[in-house]
Amino acid sequence: MAEPVLHIENLTMQFGGVMAVNDLSMDIYPGEIVALIGPNGAGKTPAFNCVTGVYEPTNGKVEFLGAVIAESHPRGRMKKLYAGEHRGLYTRRVVYPPDAITKLGIARTFQNIRLFKSMSVFENVLTAMHLRRTSNLFTAAFRLNRREEAAQRARALELLQIVGLDEWKDEPAAALPYGKQRRLEIARALATEPRLLLLDEPAAGMNPQETMELTAFIRQIRAQFDLTVFLIEHHMNLVMDISDRIYVIDFGRQIAAGVPAVIQNDPRVIDAYLGGG
Amino acid sequence: MKRPMRREAVLTAAILLLILAAAVVLDAALPRYHIVIKVIKKGAVYALVAVSMNLLNGFTGLFSLGQAGFMLLGAYSYAILCIPVAKRMGVYQYFQGGIMRFSLPELCSGVFGEAAGTVVGMLLALLAGGLLAGFVAYLIGLPVLRLRSDYLAIATLGFAEIVRTFIQWNALGPLTNGSNLLKSYPDLPGAASYLLLIGVFIGVIVLITSSTYGRAFKAIRDDEVAAEAMGINLAHHKRLAFVISSFFAGVGGGMLAMYMGTVQALSFKSTMTYEILLIVVIGGIGSITGSVATSFFYIAGLEWLLRGLDSGKFLGIKAPGVFKNGFRMAVVSTIIMVVVLFFRRGIMGDRELTDLLRRKNRRRKEESEHG
Repeated sequence: MAEPVLHIENLTMQFGGVMAVNDLSMDIYPGEIVALIGPNGAGKTPAFNCVTGVYEPTNGKVEFLGAVIAESHPRGRMKKLYAGEHRGLYTRRVVYPPDAITKLGIARTFQNIRLFKSMSVFENVLTAMHLRRTSNLFTAAFRLNRREEAAQRARALELLQIVGLDEWKDEPAAALPYGKQRRLEIARALATEPRLLLLDEPAAGMNPQETMELTAFIRQIRAQFDLTVFLIEHHMNLVMDISDRIYVIDFGRQIAAGVPAVIQNDPRVIDAYLGGG
Repeated sequence: MKRPMRREAVLTAAILLLILAAAVVLDAALPRYHIVIKVIKKGAVYALVAVSMNLLNGFTGLFSLGQAGFMLLGAYSYAILCIPVAKRMGVYQYFQGGIMRFSLPELCSGVFGEAAGTVVGMLLALLAGGLLAGFVAYLIGLPVLRLRSDYLAIATLGFAEIVRTFIQWNALGPLTNGSNLLKSYPDLPGAASYLLLIGVFIGVIVLITSSTYGRAFKAIRDDEVAAEAMGINLAHHKRLAFVISSFFAGVGGGMLAMYMGTVQALSFKSTMTYEILLIVVIGGIGSITGSVATSFFYIAGLEWLLRGLDSGKFLGIKAPGVFKNGFRMAVVSTIIMVVVLFFRRGIMGDRELTDLLRRKNRRRKEESEHG
């Protein structure tokens, strides 16, 4: 198989005595849609945050397109407290802040929508293009970057057309209905020109109709932008429908992995979700 | 889509030019020390400083209270660089004429001729003050900008107090004249020149806030986590906003020195920062128009229109028993409270003059369609 887009290796995130993510390893290959699922509190969002640079992992390594974007080993008081495995396997420390990781080509959306509330729909998308600028403060202030600015505006408009929000482009972002805010968040993430898109519970709070539309939408943008998608989700319908492969974690630990049909019938997964003995 | 926007820009430019023309007329008609001229000058200076504070507190969402400190740096830079050499002996009487042996306006007079050279020298001195303030902001920003909200405010407030004390340090006397006055430096001729100069500076700030950098600043204000996830480097952009804001505060401080005629570290107290913060809040956090308009109203009210409240006679009413020292401030405070109660987001909210014009146009268009 081709080289993975995202390679997670023995990723462990420990908060005090709590193992939020425990020895998670996974690979996501180009063009795939991969879901990470698990019951509440299973450690899905901490795993995401380790990939996007919000957290520094306690132990383990993350590679994106073959380059290490996060690697760490137990440090400080974690040296004593660390309860995970693979102690001593990782000796380097590689830390990128979230903005640097976005610049490398990983964009994300948030579980609780985080739009720029004072801005219009159009400006939200436009602002996300700031990181690809070639202008500096001087050229931007004195409008010597006119061509780039015009290109950005055209691109932002095009993105809004693709996600079907061009009609609302001058509305305040906060005034959009919930489902459209989610779409806008995705459009904004796309504006950063990602190779890998991370969606944190994209269907949270959506009705079945909206969820179906979202499924089609995620497929559409994957094809159109040549994307790889990694998502966290609770909505089983969406996950089973859309994912090429699924990883299941519970209490931070991977309990199953495979194609949807296999996961659906895996007794450990059913146990974890239904709380069987 | 393009056309009406241009129309509003033209209208705005016309309004601004009209104000400038009015100032030219006033300059010609009134004596130099007339209260109206003074109000325009001081209002203009406060407008620049308020807008610079708004850039940081309103547009970037960083609550800083260091404005007076940066103004002080600008004011002293301007004064020190502009006192004519012949007058230095008199000004620095306790420090044997000080260590500065040149004056920028005089140096430039040698190159550009008397009149033009003086103005060029003064402008260079203002910019030097801004650069010093910006540089100092960069240095203290390195540790201080890691702090959030209230803590940042406390740290910058402390910085301003330190600068004020430091400048008065006797060992710096040959440069800063210690705790004594600096005076005898040149001033710009009329109210119109103040408006023009301040207009240019505020224009630059407007250009910055409407550029891609301005959008990044607003993104940080709206949601730091999301801004960072969209690839905006928080540390870099916060520092940038802090340095730009301080640069213009420094320039504004230089112009305040110009306006006052004498400068002394003692007068740049935290009260001055609060005054400016008040203007920003009343005008509307995030509205440049609001900051500018409120600056003029505030200065006009305080220095001119409400003066009578302190001196026994107001609006023709003579009541020496009520209208005595301090009553003016009570009235001003009441007005401010009323404004804050009725305009929760400041007079302008986050709208600008162009937004007001656009709204009116749209309403007119709708009316004509229905009619």
